[in-house]
Order: sequence, then C-alpha cells, then structure tokens
Amino acid sequence: MSKNKPGDIEVKTFATHHVIVQPNPLRKVLRRVPDDDRDDPVARAEKALEGLSGEFKNWMTIEADRLSAAWDAIRNDGFNEDTRGELFRAAHDIKGDAVTFGFPSAGAAANSLCRIIEHAPDLAKVPSDLIMHHINAVQAIVRQRTKLDTAAMASELSRQLRGVTDEFLTRANRDRPEHLEAILAPSIVPAE
Amino acid sequence: MFRIDFNKLRFLVCDDNPHMRRILRTLLHSFGAREVYEAEDGATALEMYTHYVPDIVITDWAMPIFDGIELAQMIRQPDSKGNPYAPIIMLTGHSEKRRVTVARDAGVTEFLAKPISAKGLYQRILNVVANPRPFIKTKTYFGPDRRRNTVNTYIGPERRVGGEMEVMQQPSLLDKARSGI
Repeated sequence: MSKNKPGDIEVKTFATHHVIVQPNPLRKVLRRVPDDDRDDPVARAEKALEGLSGEFKNWMTIEADRLSAAWDAIRNDGFNEDTRGELFRAAHDIKGDAVTFGFPSAGAAANSLCRIIEHAPDLAKVPSDLIMHHINAVQAIVRQRTKLDTAAMASELSRQLRGVTDEFLTRANRDRPEHLEAILAPSIVPAE
Repeated sequence: MFRIDFNKLRFLVCDDNPHMRRILRTLLHSFGAREVYEAEDGATALEMYTHYVPDIVITDWAMPIFDGIELAQMIRQPDSKGNPYAPIIMLTGHSEKRRVTVARDAGVTEFLAKPISAKGLYQRILNVVANPRPFIKTKTYFGPDRRRNTVNTYIGPERRVGGEMEVMQQPSLLDKARSGI
C-alpha cells in the first residue's frame, strides 16, 4: 500500500485497485439541529408537489398524445432507430410519471409497451394491434378518468394487456434466455 | 439530528421530460435549494457540468443524444479536467434489477426508481451528503465503492486483491431501490 498523490486526496494502491479517499466536500452543508426542530423539508416538498397537481391531468394528456404521435410516425416511416427510440421514451416517461400524475393504470399499460419494445426480437413482426391496444388504453385511461367506474376498468385493462404481452414475449423469446430471464424477473418497484 | 443547508448546494438536473424537470425543480426548491440547473439531454448536461461544477447531479436514464448512463461514464473519467467525484443520483422509470447493476457499474452513486417521492429524493441527497463512499479505480471501473456489505464468500473474478475490507455498511442500491424510499 502506498500513498502516491499529494494534497487532500489520499490514494491507497493495492494489487488490483486503488482506493481514493477525499475529505467530504459536502460536509459544510450539514447542520446540526435540535431533535425537536419543527422544520420538515419533506413535508414542505410534498405540499409543493400537491400545489402542482392541478397541472397533472394536462401533463398526462400531453404525454399520451406524444405516445400516439410516436406511433403515428412508425406507421408512416416504419421502425428505425429514431422512431423506435421515441416510442420507447414516450412510453417509458408515462411509466415513470403516471403514478405521480394520478394515473397508475396508464403507467402499467405503458410499462407493458416498454417491455414489448425492449424484448421483442423483431419489432416489425409484433402484431401492430398489440402495440395499438396499449396506446389506445393509455389514451382511454387518461381521457376517461372522471367516469366513476373507470379506475377498476383501467386496472383490469392494463392487467389484461400485460398478460397478453407477457405471453407473446415469452413465446417470442423462447430461444433467448437472457431476455426470458429479464421478462420473468420481478420488478424492484413493489407496486408493479 | 442533521439537516442539509440546501441553499449551499448546486444541483444539475438532467431529464428530457419537461414535466419531470418541473417536478424535480419544485422539490429541490422546496427543500431550500436555490441553484438548480437543468439540461434536457446528456450532451447538454455534460457541458453544464463542466461550466457550473454542480455539487450533485440528478439524471434520468433514457434520453436522446446520449443517455444518463453515458453521462455518468463521461463524468467518471479519472483524468478529466472536471470533477469526476460528484455524486450522481439516477432517477429513472427503469425498475429491473439488472438496470440497477448497470447503473452501479457506470459509477452512479444512488438509484431512485420512479414514481418519485419527496422522501425518496431527500433520503438519497442526505445519503450522498452525509455518507460519501471512497472511490475505487480498477482497470475497468472508476467510481464510488460498489461494495456496501462484506460478502466474504464472493470468489468471482472481480474480487479485489490486497488490503483489508474497509466497507461502509449501507444497504445495496438494489435493496434501497426495492424499499421504495
């Protein structure tokens, strides 16, 4: 073991690696406060997020329309790196945002679509109806949310889409074990 | 008990989605941050990283031009002129175990799976501020120590040779991602 750099950064050298330790440059921003300190930055942030919630429906509509536009581009130009990338990012953004925006079932449908784009061996051979049903489901969930019976219906719709998708992907990837493993692996997000 | 003086921290947020950037900006400002710079793709983020020298980077994974993984790899260049040590928090819709591993191997410091929560984000920031890990440089890796537990049974090719185990005990990135906070 040797130190081989001057200054604040300490470098310990071993046979296969170096361990680099530097004084914590962010230590200066830590402040000790009394245990009964009433300030709660998390609660403050949650309240601020709640203040944004009036915008969520509109944002979700924009995201759903972006997804539809990405699919329209594929129907016009076919799958290529750009069109595939945009469809994936649009679906992936909905997957990530939808719960925050209050549309968890739209997120589930978008997640199912992401899995098709990621794991189908050849996207051109995926039945276009399968992709279209996902996009229509997202649109329907977003636009029909105010109907009383929609939540349960949306959840059931997403569940069924996911079932059909998993069946398709499992069959299509029967000779691709690494994809099969990824398809069947549990999510790290408990709600999915 | 410790609090973070967010007003002394400079953040760089990289996400191609304007709605998510707005949410992140809102959360960070509510925590008390004043300096929040925003980029909508990895290339712009890298330029801003060099220019503004942020204390903490929060990045999405899936983005056009180059993505969050490539951004992390560009930042984690040990011989670069910029600061290769800044904490990188990956905030992503990806929720598969293998993604956490890829992010970890790219030098990402913390992983936060969407949906985003104020508590989850705060915890990640608190952890990178209060518990920074040493950096490791090998032939194939430069970034924060990936070992958060002492697993003496590991005999794979990536076992480090020489030196005693000096590990800051922390939950693994995967366990933290699974915990949801």
